[in-house]
Amino acid sequence: MSTATTKTEAIVTAGSRRVRGRRPLTARAEGRAAPAFYWMVWPALALFAFFHTLPVLVGIFFSFTNYPGFGTWEFVGFANYANLFRDDRVLAAYGFSFGFAIAATILTNVISLAIAMGLNAKIVGRNAFRGIYFVPYVLAILVVGYVFQFLFSNSLPRLLPNIPLVAENILSNPEWAWLPIVILAVWQACAFAIIIYLSGLQTIPHELYEAASLDGAKSWRQFRSITFPLISAFFTINMVLSLKGFLQVFDHIVALTNGGPGTATESITLLIYKGGFTGGEFAYQTANAVIFVIVITIVSLLQFRVLQRREADFG
Amino acid sequence: MTTVTNTPAQATALSENEGPRRRRRFRESQEDTRKINWWATAFIAVCSLTVLIPLYLAVMVALKTPDQIATGTGFEWPTTVRWENFADAWTRTNFPQALLNTGLITVGALVLTLLSNSIVAYAIARNIHRRFFRTSYFYLLAALFIPFPIIMLPLVKQTSLLGIDNQVGMIILYTVFGLSLNVFIYTAYIRTIPIELEEAATVDGASTWRVFWSIIFPLLGPMNATVGILTCVWAWNDFILPLVILSDPGDRTLQLAQYVFQGQFNTDYTVAFASYLMAMAPLLLVYIFAQRWVISGVTRGSIK
Repeated sequence: MSTATTKTEAIVTAGSRRVRGRRPLTARAEGRAAPAFYWMVWPALALFAFFHTLPVLVGIFFSFTNYPGFGTWEFVGFANYANLFRDDRVLAAYGFSFGFAIAATILTNVISLAIAMGLNAKIVGRNAFRGIYFVPYVLAILVVGYVFQFLFSNSLPRLLPNIPLVAENILSNPEWAWLPIVILAVWQACAFAIIIYLSGLQTIPHELYEAASLDGAKSWRQFRSITFPLISAFFTINMVLSLKGFLQVFDHIVALTNGGPGTATESITLLIYKGGFTGGEFAYQTANAVIFVIVITIVSLLQFRVLQRREADFG
Repeated sequence: MTTVTNTPAQATALSENEGPRRRRRFRESQEDTRKINWWATAFIAVCSLTVLIPLYLAVMVALKTPDQIATGTGFEWPTTVRWENFADAWTRTNFPQALLNTGLITVGALVLTLLSNSIVAYAIARNIHRRFFRTSYFYLLAALFIPFPIIMLPLVKQTSLLGIDNQVGMIILYTVFGLSLNVFIYTAYIRTIPIELEEAATVDGASTWRVFWSIIFPLLGPMNATVGILTCVWAWNDFILPLVILSDPGDRTLQLAQYVFQGQFNTDYTVAFASYLMAMAPLLLVYIFAQRWVISGVTRGSIK
């Protein structure tokens, strides 16, 4: 009896809250959803919490310990975090990941925008070319990476023996081994970025360009004043997605250099993998991962802010 | 048997193609005023070579004998074709086993994802004004910003403790981790489906589950295609998750088999390349035959 009253009260309050919240007062909007709807969601939520959120929390917990991945452990407070900032290998991995990600992001976006514009022009065999450019998307980076490894270590030194950098295997050059990794990453990532830019470009009516050229605007001016402002939302999406993806680079490096020569091309993800699984640094690398999450979130948010402000300026 | 499996795919492919094709035809009639841009054609053609060159190299190396590799650049046409490379790769990487594992994981993840993620998205989309569902939605969405490395080390402990460091575990993980993006994709689409249909069915006495299976799920065709493609490409090509989760050599996926092979015989290029081609082939073939459908599916998933 009393439970029934409370339930009715709850429904009434919920209903009146809806009214105050200026929501459409339909029959559905009132009260609780049908039980079936809850059954549709909560098992999935429970699994997600168990396989995704729980590991995050366990990771954060162990980052305050000295757990090597097996055996006993004790709390060490913030020692792992303090040590991270003094660890040259960690700092080098951050330096490499950021340098790589920035170079790859810029190249991917410039190249794929250029190719998307080419594909959007009236050209012969457009659908066939569009199909070709998308091929890398369905190929595994690891396997393509092994092909690139052969290209850089065996083919190019024989094809171009007169160019100093590629004449010897560039992958074993500590100064320049990052370059093939960038090339592989851009080769693969362009496939997706081109498709995004292309669908952006297709939303721009041709009349705009015709009007602009009647007014005497040359191609560069048309690009600056029409094309770029109108696809800036796509530009933002591509920039944010590419940078975030490239910062976590892993497969490319495993295929091409495995972090070498030495630790010259070690990314953060690779370092966490190596240290955490084979180096007995479970707790230490989890702390590294916690920092990495914070860094990635800050970078993504900053980028969104800056790029959206640019968008506003253009508009 | 084949007809049964083919028909739904073909039906979706057809309904899929109709929209873009009609639009394209319309646009082309508009575009006829533009002259063919030969500069752009040349630029696009030359740049497309950069996509094709590595693939050409892969085929050339896979067909040669080790002697031809030792003396050449790899790009030359093979003087004698050595088909045994493929047979060697087949046995040395234990290809049938790896293919079976990858196939099992991909198909399992695909089926489970389509069936479960759409249900979750339906419940959320129809109740987004209720706090529980709205919170669930943002909770799942927030996970998109969490990079994999932080869950990697604890997750491995967890799966091996539970004894699911095998194909079953991989299927579960792909399905669960896919929730974030897939619920986002499905929800946006379901909210554009008018609710009147469901209300009519409810009045006629259909349960919520019945409404979902007989009204909503059939309408989700385009989004099922998008989610299906994204899941397939992800599960088939993924390397880091199998690398850390799978412990038994018998469970190795195709990508993992390439990694192990490379570690053991890293100078045996001809056999290795034959094995790479075989690992790439299934998805590449699917892509070649369903190209337009795949591209439009991926585009739909990322453009809102």
